[in-house]
Amino acid sequence: MSEWDFSFLLRRYHVILDGLYGTLALAAVTLAVSLLLGIIAGMGRTSRSATLRAAATCYVEFFRNIPALVQVFWFFYVFPILTGIQENPFISAATALSFYSGAFFAEIYRSGIQSIERSQWDAGKALGFGYFRTMRYVVLPPAIKRMIPALTNQSIEVVKLTTVASTIAYHELLYQGQLLSQTEFRPLESYTVVAAILIGILVLLSYGSTRLERRLARSE
Amino acid sequence: MNYEWDFLVVFRHFDFLLQGAVGTLKLAGMSMTIALPLGLMLAIVRILRVPVLSLLSVIYIDLFRASASLILIFWFFFAFPILIHVDFGPFTAASLALGLQAAAYLAEVYRSGILSIGRGQWDAARALGMGYLLAMRYVILPQAIRRVVPVIFTRLVDLLKTTSLAAAISYDELVHHAQRLSSDTFRPIETFTVVALMFFVTIFTCSQLTRRLERHLARSD
Amino acid sequence: MDEVLRIENLHKRFGDLEVLKGINLSVEKGETVVILGASGSGKSTLLRCLNFLEIPTEGRIHLEGREIGAIRPGFNGKPRIVYREAELAKLRAKVGMVFQQFNLFPHMTAEQNVMIAPMKIRGKSSAEARDLAIRNLEKVDLVDKAKEYPSRLSGGQQQRVAIARALAMEPTVMLFDEATSALDPELVGEVLLTIRKLSEEGMTMLVVTHELGFAYNVAHHVVFLHDGLIHEDGPPDQVLRQPCKARTREFLKGHLLFQLPNSPL
Repeated sequence: MSEWDFSFLLRRYHVILDGLYGTLALAAVTLAVSLLLGIIAGMGRTSRSATLRAAATCYVEFFRNIPALVQVFWFFYVFPILTGIQENPFISAATALSFYSGAFFAEIYRSGIQSIERSQWDAGKALGFGYFRTMRYVVLPPAIKRMIPALTNQSIEVVKLTTVASTIAYHELLYQGQLLSQTEFRPLESYTVVAAILIGILVLLSYGSTRLERRLARSE
Repeated sequence: MNYEWDFLVVFRHFDFLLQGAVGTLKLAGMSMTIALPLGLMLAIVRILRVPVLSLLSVIYIDLFRASASLILIFWFFFAFPILIHVDFGPFTAASLALGLQAAAYLAEVYRSGILSIGRGQWDAARALGMGYLLAMRYVILPQAIRRVVPVIFTRLVDLLKTTSLAAAISYDELVHHAQRLSSDTFRPIETFTVVALMFFVTIFTCSQLTRRLERHLARSD
Repeated sequence: MDEVLRIENLHKRFGDLEVLKGINLSVEKGETVVILGASGSGKSTLLRCLNFLEIPTEGRIHLEGREIGAIRPGFNGKPRIVYREAELAKLRAKVGMVFQQFNLFPHMTAEQNVMIAPMKIRGKSSAEARDLAIRNLEKVDLVDKAKEYPSRLSGGQQQRVAIARALAMEPTVMLFDEATSALDPELVGEVLLTIRKLSEEGMTMLVVTHELGFAYNVAHHVVFLHDGLIHEDGPPDQVLRQPCKARTREFLKGHLLFQLPNSPL
């Protein structure tokens, strides 16, 4: 079976590299923004104000339960209307994916905070700490430690999510793979290479995160 | 914002969207049908520590869990047919991709369920003279599966979201119908808003039901 | 009288730790042997070796005259013993075990717990198995709870169902591994009575327990295990009232500190 022929890659490897850059750029921006959104929404979810809790819950439930692809399309079409600028795949994708992931990070934050036993809060209060001091010295440190596995998992999911942006022609790995496949008429090799690279990155990230978790667990 | 919203156009074609929803359900159903038994087999092979097969099972599980669903869908639609010289349509490709991936997730779910059954149950089964298979079949698996049912439902609900990716290979599900409808009516924003709401209502309701199921099962333990 | 169980030079090592250091014991048909000892003396391990839930490191076990396991030439000249899982499973069907934590199957009713092994291992039909189950539940006085799930039964009731479950396989020997240690004190009595009834009916059994009163009244002989070896082995009157070895005396002293007046011990 002489179907495998990767030779075209020698000529066109830069297409793949562009895709790799696109993936990493989108992942980095999405990660940064969604972490921020997640912390804010998470604080809203665990806030003492019922209004803030309600607002945050609406955000989280709404954006968690709608598929990422639908959100990406929606932002892609809404974006020019909202801003008057031309449709921009990167910004649409980054915005949509940030809102989507932000909802998940918010839940991670919330469950981390809520996993701290009541007795710890009581201890803080007994020592004379107010709400914020208790958070800072008693609750947040162990809570953050507990969140780490879920945080690393979700970050890896963000990298996977970047592939969705290919549907609105953002130049990340999968889109570039499609490009190659269509121009070189080599779908088998093109998609296999792209899949292998992306899976390679994700496997590396997940081993890295396992080791990180182990190191942090040891320090407990 | 000087945009004229027109939702009526979308509602006139609502049944077209519903047809798409049927496609979503079909794909989710088929993927789960593949994943439920396959995941169990992978989990058992992994636990049994059979020389070669267990390693293959671990590799399979890690590989499919590390993959992005959309890449799998593309690969199974464009690349795989060339490899095995068989042509198949978007439904088959997407079912394979999502089913094989879901099997990997479920394998881990089953495994954690099985490992959570205390040693005493194994002891009792073996003390009665049951071999490994009998013990698994009548004592361990019934308990393990009961424990992980809520998690399996959660995965199913997740799968409903993931099926939307099959639109990228033109499979006839809800998002694909939304794309077609929006290009026919030139109303993408309204169309996708409605579709987003359809997803939201369905998936939110399903996850609430799953949460209730979880609480009910926890109580009767 | 014939010998049902013979243990020769039984050793069990877990990694570097040797828990059983050479046990020799013989049990005749119909005998009730009580095994006493401190925690960590190896009592549970001994029982678990007898039905091969643990595989002995060294030594032989004979059940009803037959040696378990086959001798094969070893690696450094020493012959080693090979146990086939199929043979062990058959043996376990003839040796019944009752655990400290009962280990009833929570997803089955009491009746189903007792029925499952006869059905799936002895191939009985579900009608036959149900009859067998009812008869054994009668023996432990729990027929009225046949259709209940373990979660609705008290500890003592669960343990008695566990006994019925083991009995349903018509074992040659019964092993009781601290069967009452996990029970609330008021429930201990009903289980001990059940075990005594079995003993009186002629069941061959090895009972690991802390209940010295039970040992005195029911055992045919009492074995004191210390640090992996049998220190004393004799009739209950001798071992419990006039032990030969100092270690036995020390052990008993701890257990007999507070006695009701006129207690036999």
